[in-house]
Amino acid sequence: MSLIEVKDLSREFTIRKRAGLLRRTSVVKRAVHDLTFEIDAGEMVGYIGPNGAGKSTTIKMLTGILVPSGGSAQVAGLEPSRRRRELARRIGVVFGQRTSLWWDLPLRDSFELLRRIYRIPDKTFRRNLEDHVAMLDLGDLLDTPVRQLSLGQRMRGDIAAALLHDPEILYLDEPTIGLDVVSKGRLREFLRALNHERRTTLMLTTHDLGDIEALCDRVIVIDDGTAVFDGPLPSLRTGGGASRTLVVDLVDEAAPIAVEGAEVVKVEGPRQWLAFPAGSSAAPLVSQVAAGYDVADLSIHEPDIEDVIRNLYGG
Amino acid sequence: MRAYWLIALLWIRAALSYPVSFWTMMVGGVLITFLDFVSIWLMFTHIDSYGGFSLREIGLLYGVTSIAFRIADMLVGSVEKIGQKVRSGDLDAMMTKPVPVLVQLCADRFELRRLGQIGQGVAVFAWAAPIVDWNPQRLGVLVMAIVSGVVIYFCVFVTFSTIQFWTTDASEFANAFTYGGNTIMQYPMTIFPREVVRSLTYLLPLTFVNWYPCLFLLGETDPFGAPGWFRFASPLAALVLVGITALVWRQGLRRYRSTGS
Ligand SMILES: Nc1ncnc2c1ncn2[C@@H]1O[C@H](COP(=O)(O)OP(=O)(O)OP(=O)(O)O)[C@@H](O)[C@H]1O
Ligand SMILES: [Mg+2]
Repeated sequence: MSLIEVKDLSREFTIRKRAGLLRRTSVVKRAVHDLTFEIDAGEMVGYIGPNGAGKSTTIKMLTGILVPSGGSAQVAGLEPSRRRRELARRIGVVFGQRTSLWWDLPLRDSFELLRRIYRIPDKTFRRNLEDHVAMLDLGDLLDTPVRQLSLGQRMRGDIAAALLHDPEILYLDEPTIGLDVVSKGRLREFLRALNHERRTTLMLTTHDLGDIEALCDRVIVIDDGTAVFDGPLPSLRTGGGASRTLVVDLVDEAAPIAVEGAEVVKVEGPRQWLAFPAGSSAAPLVSQVAAGYDVADLSIHEPDIEDVIRNLYGG
Repeated sequence: MRAYWLIALLWIRAALSYPVSFWTMMVGGVLITFLDFVSIWLMFTHIDSYGGFSLREIGLLYGVTSIAFRIADMLVGSVEKIGQKVRSGDLDAMMTKPVPVLVQLCADRFELRRLGQIGQGVAVFAWAAPIVDWNPQRLGVLVMAIVSGVVIYFCVFVTFSTIQFWTTDASEFANAFTYGGNTIMQYPMTIFPREVVRSLTYLLPLTFVNWYPCLFLLGETDPFGAPGWFRFASPLAALVLVGITALVWRQGLRRYRSTGS
């Protein structure tokens, strides 16, 4: 059995709208529908999709915050909405947009309170605090009230807090939102180490595909409430109908190159761009071009993952 | 319970770390609630009895409802502000912790300074107490009434705050029943029409907080002819209300829809 099992999961919201002075109509918004996937222990899964796709709604169902309107979810063998408090001991959650720390308390007090709320054994607590504080560089911030922390500092505090009780699963909803490049890099490194050393299962949503490329072996793409792709990152490139590009620098300007299996998408003086399917090999193409034209230089460009995903969302 | 005190203690510590503001708020609270009783007292400079009750007898009613209400008010903490907690996302955070959400809400921003307001209720009660011919039975009924009263007001706070799960800005509505209810109960029921007293017995059973028990303390029977055993029924009313509140609260949590962002 997988650690997270989601089957035909759905969630609707009834939204009441004013229609005229007194009349109200209600529309049903399907935020998530017929979502099915499984995640095994130790996986790092990127959960991506455009705004309003249903990512946060899914995570809220997997933590027990929202009760699904259909289908089923099992996390660590528990049904989240019915066994919410039991599940809470086994998962960590970080919502990037807000904090689950106590706004007016210093980080140290927040951590201490969590220790007691979760009844974390002293040894575990001290080890986790030492490890995470060092790795997340929180040492100097422990006595600062949360409201005085910068966004990036607070985020690190939130992540450390979510990990104090050794959760098996860590859900991260946009953990890198608003972070600078250096902080992002650090955070990614930390998460990778967490997954390697402790086998913590990670599920993260993000709009920064750099996070996905740096961390996730697997991506689930959700659009309009349902999964449109689920697989390893490399096959998202090939499977998404994207193409690789062969850039050819000819010695002289010439008419568009005519070869089999590729088509010219752009010409700029002696430089020409040839698109070919991401799944096929570049070798035959290169030899055809080299045989038929005077080539000064060649290079191959992998499809941009953002383009791939844009394709998926659009299609 | 353990978690409640852990969180509450933290807020107490935080409040005490600003002693000046703590004490001014405390004294301010006492003064404001004190003025509250003064207005009743001033009324009595013109009249000798109101609804058939003397000033001290009203003081007894006032004291019992105030003590119960202020304790409940202190215990509910941020429950009244559920709407705000929903909007800020704090409620989501509470739902991912292994402690009941209601316990977390109650302990959140626990305000020790409310002890001042409780103190005012105790003072009014102590002033009125000599008119009662005390015996062990009456003392028992008093304790029962105050404990049940705390539970009853607590339930009313929670039940009406639960509405904020659906409409996040319904806190005024809840206040009408809690603070409004307490104000009504400061007066003898004899000044209200029979229908109002009925509603306050069977719909929103606030009369069990002070009215029926105080009738017993004063050795009187109910002018509206309610059964005599009502004077000892405060725990029963509290128990029924606990059941209803638990149901409403659970429904509220299950219907919770978080926020869209
Ligand atoms: N509490 C709510 N009430 C009404 N509609 C909601 C609620 N929560 C979410 N929705 C709707 O459900 C859809 C999915 O929202 P969700 O927050 O899951 O999207 P998301 O994928 O996390 O988007 P983003 O990338 O912007 O965070 C949206 O259309 C949103 O308007
Ligand atoms: Mg979201």
